[in-house]
Amino acid sequence: MRFDKDLVAASATPLVLGILAEGESYGYAILKRVTELSGGRMQWTDGMLYPLLHRLERLGLVAATWGTSEAGRRRKHYALTPAGHDALAERQEQWSVVADVLHQVWRSAQQAAQAPARPAVAEGWA
Amino acid sequence: MASRERLEAQIDQWRSYVQRHRAIAPADVDEMEDHLRGRVDDLTATGLDDDEAFLVAVRRMGNLDAVSHEFAREHSERLWKQLVLVPDDDAAQASGPAWRELAVVLALAVGAGIAVKVALAAFDTDSALLRNVPLMTAPFLAAYFVWKRRVARRVVGALLVPYALLAVVLNVYPYVDTGSTVVLAAIHAPVVLWALVGVVYVGGRWRDQDPRMDFARFTGELVVYVTLLAIGGGVLLGLTAATLSLVGMDIEPAMESWIMPFAVPGAVVVGAWLVEAKQDVVENIAPVLTRVFTPLTTVMLLVTLVVLLGAGGLADVERELLILMDAILVLVLCLLLYSVSARDSLARPGWFDGLQLVLVAAALAVDAVALTAMLTRIAEFGFSPNKVAALGLNLLLLVHLARSGLLLLGFLRERQPFGALVRWQTRFLPVYAVWAALVVVAFGPVFGFA
Repeated sequence: MRFDKDLVAASATPLVLGILAEGESYGYAILKRVTELSGGRMQWTDGMLYPLLHRLERLGLVAATWGTSEAGRRRKHYALTPAGHDALAERQEQWSVVADVLHQVWRSAQQAAQAPARPAVAEGWA
Repeated sequence: MASRERLEAQIDQWRSYVQRHRAIAPADVDEMEDHLRGRVDDLTATGLDDDEAFLVAVRRMGNLDAVSHEFAREHSERLWKQLVLVPDDDAAQASGPAWRELAVVLALAVGAGIAVKVALAAFDTDSALLRNVPLMTAPFLAAYFVWKRRVARRVVGALLVPYALLAVVLNVYPYVDTGSTVVLAAIHAPVVLWALVGVVYVGGRWRDQDPRMDFARFTGELVVYVTLLAIGGGVLLGLTAATLSLVGMDIEPAMESWIMPFAVPGAVVVGAWLVEAKQDVVENIAPVLTRVFTPLTTVMLLVTLVVLLGAGGLADVERELLILMDAILVLVLCLLLYSVSARDSLARPGWFDGLQLVLVAAALAVDAVALTAMLTRIAEFGFSPNKVAALGLNLLLLVHLARSGLLLLGFLRERQPFGALVRWQTRFLPVYAVWAALVVVAFGPVFGFA
Protein backbone atom coordinates (compact mmCIF):
# COMPACT_ATOMS: atom_id res chain seq x y z
CA MET A 1 0.00 0.00 0.00
CA ARG A 2 1.32 3.45 -0.82
CA PHE A 3 0.94 6.13 1.80
CA ASP A 4 0.74 9.84 1.30
CA LYS A 5 4.08 11.49 2.15
CA ASP A 6 2.55 13.86 4.68
CA LEU A 7 0.78 11.04 6.45
CA VAL A 8 4.03 9.10 6.73
CA ALA A 9 5.76 12.17 8.09
CA ALA A 10 3.03 12.83 10.63
CA SER A 11 2.78 9.28 11.88
CA ALA A 12 6.49 8.47 11.89
CA THR A 13 7.32 10.33 15.11
CA PRO A 14 4.71 8.70 17.38
CA LEU A 15 5.43 5.34 15.78
CA VAL A 16 9.18 5.55 16.39
CA LEU A 17 8.65 6.85 19.92
CA GLY A 18 6.22 4.00 20.55
CA ILE A 19 8.65 1.38 19.28
CA LEU A 20 11.41 2.81 21.43
CA ALA A 21 9.03 2.73 24.42
CA GLU A 22 9.13 -1.07 24.04
CA GLY A 23 12.87 -0.89 24.68
CA GLU A 24 16.17 0.41 23.33
CA SER A 25 16.68 -0.25 19.63
CA TYR A 26 18.64 0.72 16.50
CA GLY A 27 17.71 1.98 13.04
CA TYR A 28 17.28 -1.21 11.08
CA ALA A 29 15.46 -2.98 13.94
CA ILE A 30 13.03 -0.08 14.24
CA LEU A 31 12.19 -0.36 10.54
CA LYS A 32 11.74 -4.12 10.80
CA ARG A 33 9.38 -3.58 13.72
CA VAL A 34 7.32 -1.13 11.65
CA THR A 35 7.00 -3.70 8.87
CA GLU A 36 6.13 -6.40 11.38
CA LEU A 37 3.48 -4.33 13.21
CA SER A 38 1.82 -3.27 9.97
CA GLY A 39 2.01 -6.74 8.47
CA GLY A 40 4.15 -5.34 5.68
CA ARG A 41 1.53 -2.78 4.67
CA MET A 42 3.62 0.16 5.82
CA GLN A 43 7.07 0.52 4.27
CA TRP A 44 9.19 3.60 4.76
CA THR A 45 12.09 4.79 2.68
CA ASP A 46 14.89 3.38 4.83
CA GLY A 47 17.21 6.37 4.62
CA MET A 48 14.61 8.84 5.83
CA LEU A 49 14.49 7.20 9.26
CA TYR A 50 17.92 8.59 10.20
CA PRO A 51 17.26 12.32 9.82
CA LEU A 52 14.12 11.70 11.89
CA LEU A 53 16.04 9.90 14.63
CA HIS A 54 18.56 12.74 14.68
CA ARG A 55 15.80 15.30 15.03
CA LEU A 56 14.30 13.38 17.94
CA GLU A 57 17.77 13.22 19.47
CA ARG A 58 18.24 16.96 19.11
CA LEU A 59 14.83 17.60 20.66
CA GLY A 60 15.94 15.45 23.61
CA LEU A 61 13.19 12.86 23.11
CA VAL A 62 15.66 10.04 22.52
CA ALA A 63 19.23 9.49 23.68
CA ALA A 64 21.78 7.79 21.43
CA THR A 65 24.80 5.69 22.33
CA TRP A 66 27.31 3.97 20.08
CA GLY A 67 27.66 0.26 20.58
CA THR A 68 28.71 -2.71 18.47
CA SER A 69 26.57 -5.21 16.62
CA GLU A 70 26.90 -9.02 16.87
CA ALA A 71 29.08 -8.84 13.75
CA GLY A 72 31.32 -6.26 15.44
CA ARG A 73 30.20 -3.23 13.40
CA ARG A 74 29.63 0.20 14.93
CA ARG A 75 25.95 0.61 15.69
CA LYS A 76 24.02 3.53 17.12
CA HIS A 77 21.40 2.61 19.71
CA TYR A 78 18.49 4.84 20.62
CA ALA A 79 16.52 4.86 23.88
CA LEU A 80 13.55 6.94 25.00
CA THR A 81 14.25 9.73 27.49
CA PRO A 82 11.74 10.89 30.16
CA ALA A 83 10.91 13.84 27.86
CA GLY A 84 10.34 11.27 25.09
CA HIS A 85 7.89 9.37 27.32
CA ASP A 86 5.97 12.58 27.96
CA ALA A 87 5.92 13.44 24.26
CA LEU A 88 4.72 9.94 23.43
CA ALA A 89 1.86 10.20 25.95
CA GLU A 90 0.82 13.53 24.47
CA ARG A 91 0.97 12.24 20.89
CA GLN A 92 -0.99 9.16 21.92
CA GLU A 93 -3.80 11.35 23.23
CA GLN A 94 -3.85 13.47 20.09
CA TRP A 95 -3.84 10.48 17.79
CA SER A 96 -6.63 8.71 19.67
CA VAL A 97 -8.76 11.83 19.29
CA VAL A 98 -7.97 11.93 15.56
CA ALA A 99 -8.68 8.22 15.19
CA ASP A 100 -11.91 8.52 17.17
CA VAL A 101 -13.16 11.46 15.08
CA LEU A 102 -12.26 9.75 11.82
CA HIS A 103 -13.99 6.59 12.96
CA GLN A 104 -17.19 8.47 13.80
CA VAL A 105 -17.29 10.48 10.62
CA TRP A 106 -16.78 7.38 8.51
CA ARG A 107 -19.50 5.52 10.34
CA SER A 108 -22.04 8.28 9.78
CA ALA A 109 -20.96 8.61 6.16
CA GLN A 110 -21.50 4.88 5.76
CA GLN A 111 -25.01 5.15 7.29
CA ALA A 112 -25.84 8.05 5.00
CA ALA A 113 -24.70 5.99 2.02
CA GLN A 114 -26.97 3.10 3.04
CA ALA A 115 -30.09 5.36 3.06
CA PRO A 116 -29.49 7.87 0.29
CA ALA A 117 -33.08 8.66 -0.84
CA ARG A 118 -34.60 9.99 2.31
CA PRO A 119 -33.45 13.64 2.43
CA ALA A 120 -34.50 14.08 -1.22
CA VAL A 121 -37.98 12.86 -0.41
CA ALA A 122 -38.26 15.17 2.57
CA GLU A 123 -37.27 18.03 0.31
CA GLY A 124 -40.01 17.10 -2.09
CA TRP A 125 -42.61 17.34 0.63
CA ALA A 126 -41.56 20.75 1.72
CA MET B 1 34.06 -16.18 -1.98
CA ALA B 2 34.09 -13.96 -5.02
CA SER B 3 30.53 -12.73 -4.56
CA ARG B 4 31.26 -11.64 -0.95
CA GLU B 5 34.28 -9.68 -2.13
CA ARG B 6 32.22 -8.03 -4.83
CA LEU B 7 29.62 -7.12 -2.23
CA GLU B 8 32.29 -5.53 -0.05
CA ALA B 9 33.54 -3.53 -3.04
CA GLN B 10 30.00 -2.42 -3.83
CA ILE B 11 29.41 -1.33 -0.24
CA ASP B 12 32.68 0.61 -0.30
CA GLN B 13 31.58 2.35 -3.48
CA TRP B 14 28.20 3.15 -1.98
CA ARG B 15 29.91 4.55 1.13
CA SER B 16 32.10 6.91 -0.85
CA TYR B 17 29.07 8.01 -2.86
CA VAL B 18 27.10 8.76 0.31
CA GLN B 19 30.07 10.56 1.84
CA ARG B 20 30.07 13.01 -1.03
CA HIS B 21 26.90 14.52 0.42
CA ARG B 22 28.13 17.26 2.66
CA ALA B 23 25.18 17.16 5.03
CA ILE B 24 25.78 13.49 5.86
CA ALA B 25 28.56 13.15 8.43
CA PRO B 26 30.91 10.12 8.50
CA ALA B 27 29.20 8.82 11.66
CA ASP B 28 25.85 8.92 9.83
CA VAL B 29 27.38 6.94 6.98
CA ASP B 30 28.53 4.31 9.51
CA GLU B 31 24.99 4.15 10.85
CA MET B 32 23.49 3.79 7.38
CA GLU B 33 26.08 1.20 6.37
CA ASP B 34 25.13 -0.93 9.37
CA HIS B 35 21.55 -0.62 8.21
CA LEU B 36 22.43 -1.56 4.63
CA ARG B 37 24.36 -4.62 5.75
CA GLY B 38 21.52 -5.68 8.04
CA ARG B 39 19.11 -5.44 5.13
CA VAL B 40 21.46 -7.34 2.79
CA ASP B 41 21.90 -10.15 5.35
CA ASP B 42 18.14 -10.52 5.80
CA LEU B 43 17.55 -10.51 2.05
CA THR B 44 20.22 -13.15 1.38
CA ALA B 45 18.66 -15.26 4.14
CA THR B 46 15.44 -15.30 2.11
CA GLY B 47 17.31 -16.71 -0.88
CA LEU B 48 18.50 -13.69 -2.87
CA ASP B 49 22.13 -13.70 -4.01
CA ASP B 50 24.49 -10.94 -2.84
CA ASP B 51 24.12 -8.77 -5.93
CA GLU B 52 20.36 -8.84 -5.87
CA ALA B 53 20.26 -8.24 -2.13
CA PHE B 54 22.58 -5.26 -2.47
CA LEU B 55 20.48 -3.73 -5.24
CA VAL B 56 17.26 -4.13 -3.29
CA ALA B 57 18.83 -2.79 -0.09
CA VAL B 58 20.20 0.31 -1.84
CA ARG B 59 16.85 0.90 -3.48
CA ARG B 60 15.05 0.59 -0.16
CA MET B 61 17.45 3.17 1.28
CA GLY B 62 15.78 5.67 -1.03
CA ASN B 63 16.95 8.66 -2.98
CA LEU B 64 20.15 9.81 -1.29
CA ASP B 65 19.71 13.41 -2.41
CA ALA B 66 16.37 13.53 -0.62
CA VAL B 67 17.88 11.88 2.47
CA SER B 68 20.78 14.33 2.39
CA HIS B 69 18.28 17.16 2.07
CA GLU B 70 16.57 15.96 5.25
CA PHE B 71 19.92 15.73 7.02
CA ALA B 72 20.69 19.26 5.90
CA ARG B 73 17.44 20.51 7.40
CA GLU B 74 18.40 18.82 10.63
CA HIS B 75 22.07 19.91 10.66
CA SER B 76 22.28 23.18 8.75
CA GLU B 77 25.69 23.89 10.30
CA ARG B 78 27.17 21.04 8.27
CA LEU B 79 26.69 23.00 5.06
CA TRP B 80 29.18 25.50 6.45
CA LYS B 81 32.40 23.64 6.29
CA GLN B 82 34.15 23.87 9.60
CA LEU B 83 37.85 24.40 9.85
CA VAL B 84 39.19 21.87 12.36
CA LEU B 85 42.64 23.04 13.41
CA VAL B 86 43.12 20.57 16.22
CA PRO B 87 40.95 17.45 16.37
CA ASP B 88 38.50 17.17 19.26
CA ASP B 89 38.47 14.19 21.61
CA ASP B 90 36.05 12.19 19.44
CA ALA B 91 38.59 11.78 16.70
CA ALA B 92 41.65 11.74 18.87
CA GLN B 93 43.31 8.76 17.21
CA ALA B 94 45.56 10.81 14.95
CA SER B 95 45.82 13.91 17.10
CA GLY B 96 49.59 13.64 17.63
CA PRO B 97 50.70 15.39 14.41
CA ALA B 98 48.07 18.15 14.62
CA TRP B 99 49.10 19.14 18.14
CA ARG B 100 52.73 18.91 17.14
CA GLU B 101 52.05 21.23 14.21
CA LEU B 102 50.40 23.76 16.51
CA ALA B 103 53.42 23.60 18.82
CA VAL B 104 55.83 24.11 15.90
CA VAL B 105 53.80 27.06 14.58
CA LEU B 106 53.63 28.75 17.98
CA ALA B 107 57.34 28.18 18.59
CA LEU B 108 58.19 29.72 15.20
CA ALA B 109 55.85 32.65 15.79
CA VAL B 110 57.47 33.38 19.14
CA GLY B 111 60.91 32.87 17.59
CA ALA B 112 60.12 35.44 14.89
CA GLY B 113 58.99 37.83 17.61
CA ILE B 114 62.21 37.35 19.56
CA ALA B 115 64.26 37.91 16.40
CA VAL B 116 62.45 41.19 15.70
CA LYS B 117 62.91 42.20 19.33
CA VAL B 118 66.64 41.51 19.04
CA ALA B 119 66.72 43.61 15.86
CA LEU B 120 64.99 46.44 17.71
CA ALA B 121 67.69 46.34 20.36
CA ALA B 122 70.59 45.97 17.93
CA PHE B 123 69.77 48.63 15.33
CA ASP B 124 69.16 52.15 16.46
CA THR B 125 68.22 53.95 13.24
CA ASP B 126 64.83 53.59 11.58
CA SER B 127 66.25 52.78 8.18
CA ALA B 128 68.43 49.97 9.58
CA LEU B 129 65.36 48.54 11.28
CA LEU B 130 63.30 48.77 8.11
CA ARG B 131 66.00 46.88 6.22
CA ASN B 132 66.41 44.14 8.83
CA VAL B 133 62.96 43.32 10.18
CA PRO B 134 61.81 41.39 7.07
CA LEU B 135 65.22 39.75 7.01
CA MET B 136 64.62 38.54 10.58
CA THR B 137 61.05 37.30 9.99
CA ALA B 138 61.36 35.46 6.68
CA PRO B 139 63.51 32.56 7.98
CA PHE B 140 60.84 31.58 10.50
CA LEU B 141 58.15 31.46 7.86
CA ALA B 142 60.48 29.50 5.60
CA ALA B 143 61.32 27.18 8.51
CA TYR B 144 57.64 26.31 8.88
CA PHE B 145 57.50 25.17 5.26
CA VAL B 146 60.81 23.34 5.53
CA TRP B 147 59.29 21.42 8.45
CA LYS B 148 55.88 20.97 6.86
CA ARG B 149 57.07 19.91 3.39
CA ARG B 150 60.25 18.12 4.53
CA VAL B 151 62.19 20.23 2.06
CA ALA B 152 65.49 18.68 1.01
CA ARG B 153 68.59 19.99 2.77
CA ARG B 154 70.16 20.66 -0.61
CA VAL B 155 67.41 23.19 -1.39
CA VAL B 156 67.70 24.89 1.98
CA GLY B 157 71.47 25.08 1.60
CA ALA B 158 71.15 26.59 -1.87
CA LEU B 159 68.79 29.24 -0.53
CA LEU B 160 71.08 30.24 2.32
CA VAL B 161 73.52 31.71 -0.21
CA PRO B 162 71.20 34.38 -1.70
CA TYR B 163 69.78 35.03 1.75
CA ALA B 164 73.23 35.70 3.19
CA LEU B 165 74.14 37.87 0.18
CA LEU B 166 70.98 39.92 0.68
CA ALA B 167 71.73 40.35 4.39
CA VAL B 168 75.29 41.46 3.62
CA VAL B 169 74.26 43.92 0.89
CA LEU B 170 71.56 45.46 3.06
CA ASN B 171 73.89 45.98 6.02
CA VAL B 172 77.33 46.55 4.51
CA TYR B 173 76.54 49.04 1.73
CA PRO B 174 77.51 52.55 2.92
CA TYR B 175 74.04 54.06 2.47
CA VAL B 176 73.42 57.72 3.17
CA ASP B 177 70.79 57.51 5.89
CA THR B 178 68.56 60.19 4.41
CA GLY B 179 69.01 59.05 0.79
CA SER B 180 66.44 57.34 -1.41
CA THR B 181 68.51 54.29 -2.44
CA VAL B 182 68.36 52.94 1.12
CA VAL B 183 64.56 53.26 1.14
CA LEU B 184 64.36 51.59 -2.27
CA ALA B 185 66.54 48.72 -1.01
CA ALA B 186 64.37 48.34 2.08
CA ILE B 187 61.18 48.26 -0.02
CA HIS B 188 62.49 45.81 -2.60
CA ALA B 189 64.24 43.40 -0.21
CA PRO B 190 60.94 41.83 1.03
CA VAL B 191 60.07 40.96 -2.58
CA VAL B 192 63.33 39.05 -2.93
CA LEU B 193 62.76 37.39 0.45
CA TRP B 194 59.25 36.45 -0.59
CA ALA B 195 60.62 34.76 -3.71
CA LEU B 196 63.01 32.76 -1.51
CA VAL B 197 60.10 31.76 0.76
CA GLY B 198 58.30 30.74 -2.43
CA VAL B 199 61.09 28.38 -3.40
CA VAL B 200 60.79 26.73 0.02
CA TYR B 201 56.98 26.68 -0.27
CA VAL B 202 57.11 24.72 -3.53
CA GLY B 203 59.71 22.39 -2.04
CA GLY B 204 62.40 23.45 -4.46
CA ARG B 205 60.28 22.76 -7.57
CA TRP B 206 60.30 26.42 -8.60
CA ARG B 207 60.70 25.65 -12.29
CA ASP B 208 57.26 23.95 -12.44
CA GLN B 209 54.34 26.22 -13.27
CA ASP B 210 51.65 24.57 -11.13
CA PRO B 211 53.40 24.88 -7.75
CA ARG B 212 54.23 28.45 -8.68
CA MET B 213 50.52 29.16 -9.07
CA ASP B 214 49.92 27.46 -5.73
CA PHE B 215 52.34 29.90 -4.16
CA ALA B 216 50.51 32.82 -5.80
CA ARG B 217 47.24 31.48 -4.35
CA PHE B 218 48.89 31.06 -0.96
CA THR B 219 50.12 34.66 -1.08
CA GLY B 220 46.62 36.00 -1.80
CA GLU B 221 45.04 34.00 0.99
CA LEU B 222 47.81 34.96 3.40
CA VAL B 223 47.19 38.65 2.73
CA VAL B 224 43.48 38.17 3.43
CA TYR B 225 44.12 36.19 6.61
CA VAL B 226 46.76 38.54 7.98
CA THR B 227 44.41 41.45 7.31
CA LEU B 228 41.64 39.70 9.25
CA LEU B 229 44.04 38.87 12.09
CA ALA B 230 45.21 42.49 12.14
CA ILE B 231 41.63 43.80 12.36
CA GLY B 232 40.82 41.35 15.15
CA GLY B 233 44.03 42.19 16.99
CA GLY B 234 43.37 45.90 16.58
CA VAL B 235 39.91 45.62 18.12
CA LEU B 236 41.30 43.54 21.00
CA LEU B 237 44.12 46.01 21.67
CA GLY B 238 41.73 48.96 21.47
CA LEU B 239 39.43 47.40 24.04
CA THR B 240 42.35 46.54 26.31
CA ALA B 241 43.83 50.03 26.02
CA ALA B 242 40.47 51.65 26.74
CA THR B 243 39.87 49.45 29.78
CA LEU B 244 43.36 49.97 31.19
CA SER B 245 43.17 53.74 30.63
CA LEU B 246 40.25 53.75 33.12
CA VAL B 247 42.73 52.95 35.87
CA GLY B 248 45.20 55.43 34.44
CA MET B 249 47.46 52.91 32.72
CA ASP B 250 48.93 53.67 29.31
CA ILE B 251 49.77 50.62 27.20
CA GLU B 252 51.43 52.60 24.44
CA PRO B 253 55.01 51.92 25.63
CA ALA B 254 54.28 48.21 26.04
CA MET B 255 52.64 48.23 22.63
CA GLU B 256 55.66 49.71 20.91
CA SER B 257 58.34 47.70 22.63
CA TRP B 258 56.63 44.35 23.17
CA ILE B 259 53.19 43.80 21.62
CA MET B 260 53.86 44.95 18.05
CA PRO B 261 57.28 43.24 17.63
CA PHE B 262 55.66 39.92 18.59
CA ALA B 263 52.19 40.38 17.11
CA VAL B 264 53.13 41.36 13.56
CA PRO B 265 55.61 38.56 12.68
CA GLY B 266 53.52 36.17 14.76
CA ALA B 267 50.44 37.00 12.69
CA VAL B 268 52.34 36.23 9.47
CA VAL B 269 53.46 32.79 10.69
CA VAL B 270 50.08 31.92 12.21
CA GLY B 271 48.37 33.21 9.05
CA ALA B 272 50.52 30.92 6.92
CA TRP B 273 49.51 27.99 9.12
CA LEU B 274 45.81 28.90 8.82
CA VAL B 275 46.05 29.11 5.04
CA GLU B 276 47.76 25.71 4.94
CA ALA B 277 45.15 24.16 7.23
CA LYS B 278 42.12 25.54 5.43
CA GLN B 279 43.33 24.80 1.89
CA ASP B 280 40.81 22.07 1.17
CA VAL B 281 38.10 23.18 3.58
CA VAL B 282 37.11 26.72 2.74
CA GLU B 283 36.78 28.38 -0.63
CA ASN B 284 39.67 30.66 -1.48
CA ILE B 285 38.72 34.21 -0.63
CA ALA B 286 41.01 36.17 -2.95
CA PRO B 287 39.21 35.00 -6.14
CA VAL B 288 35.87 35.92 -4.55
CA LEU B 289 37.18 39.42 -3.89
CA THR B 290 38.34 39.72 -7.51
CA ARG B 291 34.78 38.95 -8.65
CA VAL B 292 33.52 41.87 -6.61
CA PHE B 293 36.27 44.34 -7.45
CA THR B 294 36.88 43.65 -11.14
CA PRO B 295 33.71 45.46 -12.30
CA LEU B 296 34.24 48.27 -9.78
CA THR B 297 37.86 48.77 -10.78
CA THR B 298 36.92 48.76 -14.45
CA VAL B 299 34.41 51.56 -13.87
CA MET B 300 36.97 53.49 -11.81
CA LEU B 301 39.61 53.19 -14.54
CA LEU B 302 37.24 54.16 -17.35
CA VAL B 303 36.16 57.25 -15.44
CA THR B 304 39.80 58.11 -14.74
CA LEU B 305 40.66 57.70 -18.41
CA VAL B 306 37.85 59.97 -19.57
CA VAL B 307 38.83 62.63 -17.04
CA LEU B 308 42.52 62.42 -17.99
CA LEU B 309 41.81 62.72 -21.70
CA GLY B 310 39.23 65.47 -21.15
CA ALA B 311 41.67 67.53 -19.10
CA GLY B 312 44.00 67.57 -22.11
CA GLY B 313 47.16 66.34 -20.43
CA LEU B 314 48.45 66.23 -16.91
CA ALA B 315 48.98 69.56 -15.21
CA ASP B 316 51.17 68.46 -12.37
CA VAL B 317 53.39 65.54 -13.25
CA GLU B 318 55.17 64.32 -10.15
CA ARG B 319 57.04 61.24 -9.13
CA GLU B 320 53.96 60.33 -7.10
CA LEU B 321 52.05 59.96 -10.35
CA LEU B 322 54.32 57.14 -11.46
CA ILE B 323 54.05 55.40 -8.10
CA LEU B 324 50.28 55.81 -8.27
CA MET B 325 50.24 54.24 -11.72
CA ASP B 326 52.37 51.34 -10.44
CA ALA B 327 49.89 50.82 -7.63
CA ILE B 328 46.95 50.79 -10.05
CA LEU B 329 48.68 48.33 -12.36
CA VAL B 330 49.59 46.07 -9.43
CA LEU B 331 45.95 46.13 -8.36
CA VAL B 332 44.77 45.24 -11.87
CA LEU B 333 47.39 42.52 -12.09
CA CYS B 334 46.27 41.02 -8.78
CA LEU B 335 42.65 41.07 -9.91
CA LEU B 336 43.65 39.28 -13.08
CA LEU B 337 46.00 36.82 -11.39
CA TYR B 338 43.55 35.72 -8.72
CA SER B 339 40.62 35.27 -11.01
CA VAL B 340 42.86 33.31 -13.37
CA SER B 341 44.06 31.21 -10.43
CA ALA B 342 40.51 30.10 -9.59
CA ARG B 343 39.06 29.75 -13.08
CA ASP B 344 38.33 26.37 -14.59
CA SER B 345 40.77 26.19 -17.53
CA LEU B 346 38.36 24.15 -19.61
CA ALA B 347 35.33 26.39 -19.25
CA ARG B 348 34.31 28.34 -22.34
CA PRO B 349 34.89 32.10 -22.53
CA GLY B 350 32.23 34.03 -20.62
CA TRP B 351 31.23 37.61 -19.93
CA PHE B 352 33.62 37.84 -16.99
CA ASP B 353 36.59 37.16 -19.27
CA GLY B 354 35.38 39.97 -21.53
CA LEU B 355 35.10 42.27 -18.54
CA GLN B 356 38.67 41.41 -17.57
CA LEU B 357 39.86 42.34 -21.04
CA VAL B 358 38.13 45.72 -20.68
CA LEU B 359 39.80 46.12 -17.28
CA VAL B 360 43.26 45.37 -18.66
CA ALA B 361 42.74 47.62 -21.68
CA ALA B 362 41.52 50.50 -19.51
CA ALA B 363 44.50 50.10 -17.17
CA LEU B 364 46.92 50.11 -20.10
CA ALA B 365 45.30 53.20 -21.60
CA VAL B 366 45.46 55.12 -18.32
CA ASP B 367 49.05 54.06 -17.88
CA ALA B 368 49.95 55.11 -21.44
CA VAL B 369 48.61 58.62 -20.81
CA ALA B 370 50.54 58.92 -17.56
CA LEU B 371 53.68 57.38 -18.97
CA THR B 372 53.99 59.76 -21.95
CA ALA B 373 53.65 62.71 -19.60
CA MET B 374 56.21 61.19 -17.27
CA LEU B 375 58.75 60.40 -19.99
CA THR B 376 58.78 63.99 -21.29
CA ARG B 377 59.35 65.14 -17.76
CA ILE B 378 62.21 62.69 -17.18
CA ALA B 379 63.76 63.80 -20.48
CA GLU B 380 63.66 67.35 -19.14
CA PHE B 381 64.90 66.87 -15.58
CA GLY B 382 66.95 63.66 -15.74
CA PHE B 383 66.84 60.44 -13.74
CA SER B 384 66.68 59.92 -10.02
CA PRO B 385 66.84 56.50 -8.33
CA ASN B 386 63.17 56.73 -7.36
CA LYS B 387 62.09 57.57 -10.90
CA VAL B 388 64.11 54.73 -12.38
CA ALA B 389 62.74 52.24 -9.87
CA ALA B 390 59.15 53.35 -10.44
CA LEU B 391 59.64 53.46 -14.21
CA GLY B 392 61.26 50.02 -14.30
CA LEU B 393 58.40 48.47 -12.35
CA ASN B 394 55.93 50.27 -14.56
CA LEU B 395 57.51 48.81 -17.69
CA LEU B 396 57.48 45.30 -16.24
CA LEU B 397 53.84 45.62 -15.31
CA LEU B 398 53.09 47.00 -18.74
CA VAL B 399 54.69 44.03 -20.49
CA HIS B 400 52.96 41.60 -18.14
CA LEU B 401 49.53 43.15 -18.61
CA ALA B 402 49.83 43.81 -22.33
CA ARG B 403 50.65 40.20 -23.08
CA SER B 404 47.93 39.06 -20.66
CA GLY B 405 45.50 41.25 -22.59
CA LEU B 406 46.58 39.74 -25.91
CA LEU B 407 46.23 36.20 -24.57
CA LEU B 408 42.84 37.06 -23.09
CA LEU B 409 41.72 38.42 -26.45
CA GLY B 410 42.97 35.26 -28.16
CA PHE B 411 41.05 33.19 -25.65
CA LEU B 412 37.84 35.18 -26.17
CA ARG B 413 38.18 34.70 -29.93
CA GLU B 414 38.88 31.02 -29.25
CA ARG B 415 42.30 31.17 -30.87
CA GLN B 416 44.20 30.41 -27.64
CA PRO B 417 43.54 27.95 -24.82
CA PHE B 418 43.03 29.48 -21.39
CA GLY B 419 46.09 27.56 -20.18
CA ALA B 420 48.31 29.90 -22.19
CA LEU B 421 47.14 32.85 -20.07
CA VAL B 422 47.69 30.89 -16.86
CA ARG B 423 51.20 29.89 -17.90
CA TRP B 424 52.06 33.46 -18.86
CA GLN B 425 51.03 34.67 -15.38
CA THR B 426 53.25 32.22 -13.56
CA ARG B 427 56.10 32.47 -16.02
CA PHE B 428 56.40 36.21 -15.53
CA LEU B 429 56.29 36.22 -11.73
CA PRO B 430 60.03 35.54 -11.15
CA VAL B 431 60.88 38.59 -13.26
CA TYR B 432 59.61 40.80 -10.44
CA ALA B 433 61.92 39.07 -7.97
CA VAL B 434 64.87 39.54 -10.33
CA TRP B 435 64.02 43.22 -10.77
CA ALA B 436 63.72 43.66 -6.99
CA ALA B 437 67.09 41.98 -6.50
CA LEU B 438 68.57 44.30 -9.12
CA VAL B 439 67.22 47.36 -7.30
CA VAL B 440 68.64 46.14 -3.99
CA VAL B 441 72.05 45.14 -5.31
CA ALA B 442 72.76 47.65 -8.10
CA PHE B 443 70.95 50.91 -7.30
CA GLY B 444 73.17 51.74 -4.33
CA PRO B 445 76.48 51.62 -6.22
CA VAL B 446 75.02 53.11 -9.43
CA PHE B 447 73.53 56.14 -7.70
CA GLY B 448 76.34 56.56 -5.19
CA PHE B 449 74.24 55.35 -2.23
CA ALA B 450 72.43 58.69 -2.26
